[in-house]
Amino acid sequence: MKLTGAQILLESLTKEGVQVIFGYPGGAVLPIFDKLYDAPVRFILTRHEQGAAHAADGYARATGKVGVCIATSGPGATNLVTGIATAYMDSIPIVAITGQVKTFLIGNDAFQEADITGITRPITKHNYLVEDIEDLAGIIKEAFHIARTGRPGPVLIDLPVDIQQQEIEFHYPEKVQMRGYNPTYEGHMGQIKKAAKAIASAKRPILYVGGGVIISNASEETRELAIKNNIPVTMTLLGLGAFPQDNELSLGMLGMHGTAYANHAIMESDLIIAIGARFDDRVTGKLDEFAPHAKIIHIDIDPASVSKNVEVDIPIVGDARNVVSKLNEIVKKPDTSDWLKKIDQWKRAYPLKYKDDDKVRPQYILEEIYNATKGEAIICTEVGQNQMWAAQFYKFMKPRTIISSGGLGTMGYGFPAAIGAQIGRPDMTVFDIAGDGSIQMNIQELATAVINKLPVKVVILNNCYLGMVRQWQELFYKKRYSYTSLGGICPDFVKLAESYGAAGIRVTKKEEVRPAIERALKIDNVVFLDFHVEKEENVFPMVPAGEAINRMIGGMA
Amino acid sequence: MKHTISVLVENKFGVLARISGLFSARGFNISSLAVGETEDPTVSRMTIVVEGDERTLEQIKKQLNKLIDVIKVVDFKEGEFIDRELILVKVAVTPKTRKEILEAIGSSRAIIENAGAKSISVEATGDQTKIKALLELLRPFGILEVVRTGRVAMGTEEKPLVIEGKPEVNE
Repeated sequence: MKLTGAQILLESLTKEGVQVIFGYPGGAVLPIFDKLYDAPVRFILTRHEQGAAHAADGYARATGKVGVCIATSGPGATNLVTGIATAYMDSIPIVAITGQVKTFLIGNDAFQEADITGITRPITKHNYLVEDIEDLAGIIKEAFHIARTGRPGPVLIDLPVDIQQQEIEFHYPEKVQMRGYNPTYEGHMGQIKKAAKAIASAKRPILYVGGGVIISNASEETRELAIKNNIPVTMTLLGLGAFPQDNELSLGMLGMHGTAYANHAIMESDLIIAIGARFDDRVTGKLDEFAPHAKIIHIDIDPASVSKNVEVDIPIVGDARNVVSKLNEIVKKPDTSDWLKKIDQWKRAYPLKYKDDDKVRPQYILEEIYNATKGEAIICTEVGQNQMWAAQFYKFMKPRTIISSGGLGTMGYGFPAAIGAQIGRPDMTVFDIAGDGSIQMNIQELATAVINKLPVKVVILNNCYLGMVRQWQELFYKKRYSYTSLGGICPDFVKLAESYGAAGIRVTKKEEVRPAIERALKIDNVVFLDFHVEKEENVFPMVPAGEAINRMIGGMA
Repeated sequence: MKHTISVLVENKFGVLARISGLFSARGFNISSLAVGETEDPTVSRMTIVVEGDERTLEQIKKQLNKLIDVIKVVDFKEGEFIDRELILVKVAVTPKTRKEILEAIGSSRAIIENAGAKSISVEATGDQTKIKALLELLRPFGILEVVRTGRVAMGTEEKPLVIEGKPEVNE
């Protein structure tokens, strides 16, 4: 039977197991939307294409499946760009489908035309412009394969409207054949043996765990490696949840706003076992002074991440789960008792803390959210202070429970990502930890959340500032708060939530914090929790940009 | 240090943009770039001359390999490849210098493609030493225009560089 390009697209998505699509209609995707009208797939209409891209990303992070979003040509497509870049930086599998003007109009500056494959080339793992309907099914097959395998990432398919309308016999290919794409899954056994040897003789080893462990579902194996061998674990922002933070071997997050003990430990270590992490500048601080005594084992599926920022002694290219489980079979336990004692001293000397007085402090709110949910919630974050306090004061216990824009640092990410996460995990409580700045970047998605009955709890740490930028201005720009105050023009978030049919709760006193959280958890609707927090609270500890990571400044830390 | 890299790519729309975009986005410098079809019309070969230390070069190779449309990357080792470039030079000529220029060209292996009243255009093919020598030879007379193809290179091993797809990386 002959199918149109639009039908082929939807049939192919079904073959790939796609259950939900996020998107927004427009002129160049009308044939697709006509077929969506009576397709069995769930379609979530966001209120902005950026929301669709972030929701697809949040869905992918929460479930491990490929997220799918659709937008029209031109502005629809360019509105996806921030979402695609966010997914690219954090290795998140999404397939973005954009409409394009008719093939014969391409290049003519037609209405709503944009060269979206050109624009997204550096922020996609791969992208396609479909030039012939004969190629369509094969391209979709390849796109999903590329998105979800190897180091995952976003793939964009640009589909001209005339190809959506053309008809052809539909055959979905069984497998993909790409001579230019062959990710390495099996680690080299010789290298794994070298790593095992290095671990056995290490005196001060540390596991440095990144988002790759979450993506490859290697948390179990990583936990075994740490616990059986008594090796302390520190995590990147995206690695949080890979190792339970109530375990005494956990050092929490490292880096610019990491714990002092994690930073001291990595600087003093003699062996860093990096798994699925990429030695980002927010983690290493000043590169020349990073971990001067350490030998480095680096397990990563992306060869280009190895020895990119720091020289690695034992590189192992492969899938984290595969490599770590092989390592577990042969590794011999090192004697780390003195090392753990030393770390324990650091933990006692420099705990994470804040002034626990009668003011509404954001750190206290995060602790109370942890206490109320026992680490069983999915915590999405925006970007800035809210994100760092969430990383510091919520104890992540399980993989895929923190959803945050790590690499790109996208404000406005958290709320639509929470919508995607809630759709993927209807069984879980989903929070978005926001600031009053970030939430206003994609606040239109309130409608999406309410209409689709997604009871996301949005925690607004409302300080009437772009808090993180204000903090940098306070510390490094002589308190010249240039355009970081949002005061006086802040909306009434309670009324705003109510106007969309969501619930709103305002909290101005410390004793109201926990009851408000409990109340919100009982409301089967979107809730905006508007916490009026201490205005000039800072995130500490903090390593100034370009400094070694053991040179933290930090109020009380 | 300069390196000559041979990159086999899918002969597809947009591949050149992917490669050049990668170099500019990551701050790698291209000294020369030549592209053409291979014995297999679905595959193009790019010969790229790049400048950088060992570590930069390692990154360039890895990043190139990450591109889906890149099938194979070979970094030629000194003495294990031949490289050629074609150059067209337009040199100024006057009645006074005509004889001297023609003699100079005659002493090289360059070919005169066009001889006018005010200029002579010559073509030469060779390795970098030869090209440089020709330019030095003609410079005193006044070079008006230079057009270069960029280098192409081929390994001297008897086994050809076959198009078989990316091997797994094992470190």
